[in-house]
Amino acid sequence: MATVAAAPPRPTGTLITRRRFSLGRAINRGLFWLLVIFILVYTIFPFFWALMAAIKPTGDISATPTRYLPSEVFWGNLRYVFENGDFLRALRNSFIASFGTVAVALVLGSFAAYAMGRMRFRGKTIILYLILSMTMFPPIAILGSLFQMIRAANLYNTIPALIFTYMTFTLPFTVWVLANFFKAMPGELEESALVDGSTPFQAFYKILLPLAMPGLVTTGLLAFIAAWNEFLFALTFTNTYAARTVQPAIASFSGRTQFDEPWGAVMAASVVVTVPLVLLVLIFQRKILAGLTAGAVKG
Amino acid sequence: MSEQAVPAPLSQPAPRAARVSEVPHSSWAKARERLAWTLVAPSVLIVSIVALYPLSQSIRLSFTNGRLASSRAVDYIGFTNYEYLFGNDQFVTSIWNTIRFTVSSVAIETVLGMVVALIINSQFQGRGVVRAAILIPWAIPTVVSSRLWSYMFNDTYGVINDLLVNRLPQLVDWIPLIGGTLAGVFPEQKIAFLARPELQMPTAIAVDVWKTTPFMALLLLAGLQIIPGDIYEASTVDGASKWQQFWQMTLPMLRPALLVALIFRTLDAFRVFDVIYVMFGGATRTMTMAIFAQQTLVDGDRLGRASAASVIIFLCIAVLVFIYTRLVSVEDN
Repeated sequence: MATVAAAPPRPTGTLITRRRFSLGRAINRGLFWLLVIFILVYTIFPFFWALMAAIKPTGDISATPTRYLPSEVFWGNLRYVFENGDFLRALRNSFIASFGTVAVALVLGSFAAYAMGRMRFRGKTIILYLILSMTMFPPIAILGSLFQMIRAANLYNTIPALIFTYMTFTLPFTVWVLANFFKAMPGELEESALVDGSTPFQAFYKILLPLAMPGLVTTGLLAFIAAWNEFLFALTFTNTYAARTVQPAIASFSGRTQFDEPWGAVMAASVVVTVPLVLLVLIFQRKILAGLTAGAVKG
Repeated sequence: MSEQAVPAPLSQPAPRAARVSEVPHSSWAKARERLAWTLVAPSVLIVSIVALYPLSQSIRLSFTNGRLASSRAVDYIGFTNYEYLFGNDQFVTSIWNTIRFTVSSVAIETVLGMVVALIINSQFQGRGVVRAAILIPWAIPTVVSSRLWSYMFNDTYGVINDLLVNRLPQLVDWIPLIGGTLAGVFPEQKIAFLARPELQMPTAIAVDVWKTTPFMALLLLAGLQIIPGDIYEASTVDGASKWQQFWQMTLPMLRPALLVALIFRTLDAFRVFDVIYVMFGGATRTMTMAIFAQQTLVDGDRLGRASAASVIIFLCIAVLVFIYTRLVSVEDN
């Protein structure tokens, strides 16, 4: 386009130039929208496919040529999943483990974040580096020793073992993000509360904590998703549905042979554990985006 | 976790916040310092119990012949576990698999993530829809996405094969002039993505790319959004093409965000477990270091040997983190 624009300005030339230019623009627009459509299909289609498989009659699922829409809506797979005691127990376990993780991480994390964001004390820098390095910590590095500790504490195959070990990846992150939140708040609020005779702790939970609500929601959501989706610890530290969560449950849903996978049931279970998450993410889109990219950009 | 979020660099507290506690030697300042420690203590304690102590234990156990199931006395056996691992074909294969997986998936998702980020960053109606849509793969649990894609990659009734063999050739055939040639590109026979040895790793990488490209795109998008728009206007006047603008302006300015995104994805890809374990189990052909360590621990009951493998993964990641911090501090100067 640059060369076209640089052509010598002849009276007849302008018309040609403009037409070529707009043709190029049209092609560009076309390619752009093609790319947008491709991205939408690429990201949404697999999820759509899982939804379809969950409501397809068994014959449709393995039909050749592939059936894109169900010949009729079939509730059997979803019914099977909701009447399956093991899966319901796994669902319950996942809820308890995830909410437990969020509760512990938010309570302890907001305490620590308040101190890290608003106070000066000896040893702060060390704790800062400790927490930062923890956010990059690979859970696999401690799998064996955690296993041994859990056995020794008689917590093998229990939900507390999961909540406890999930702190490795939720707590440091929670402290980090919330500390940034507290740090950004104006100091006057806290000072005036202190002048009015509140204790620092009262100033914290009566004034700063409500203000930090957006940060709490963001970190809570991210911690919930991380705990809900966790697989390695859940697979390794549980072995029955007394504590097993939905991720290992879905991974082990299988038929008699590899050619006999119960795809309808697997996809129905997958949809059940994924749809609430997708809705949550779409509703809290902005908060999640802010939390995800907090710090990717220096600001 | 790093796939979930990237921590911001936390600088020293703002002067205003510090003022409250800066009255030296007063009993009030002391009380405040005590309060600070009381508030921090539970988190520090938990992180120590749940990560630091186990890490030191992993290192200690890696020099022993410890087992999980037996109560027999544990002996220190020096570097025997490490010697065993580096002489073990399965472990050496798992190192190469991990490197292959990490390099390929991070490279592909960086390019794709860049395209997606540039698209969302340009002004058009419906960019909010695209931005919401790319959050869907991110939110879907890895276990679910692995199973879902296994179903889609099925060699007889999988939708990918149906698209490749039946639908897409028909679709492109409509395009004038080049349609016939394009249709010829597609395979005539359905492909056994999950069963053919040479396709297993690429298939797992494809699933990982689908799941993690959104994260990459969002980080790059955040970087793009702080680039001021007027520099583009100036260069457009100077006659620079879009392509030149991207290489000479966007990319250099995006460097810090790109670096952070690259490293966090690299660290995450390097400890890959879920996607490959769910698709192919513990098969040697696709085994990664994390799968090796987990299998050695749980199925093999070799606590010492598994710990040695874990320590090796930890060291690799520590080296990557070190390089990362060096690169970032170079950026800062």
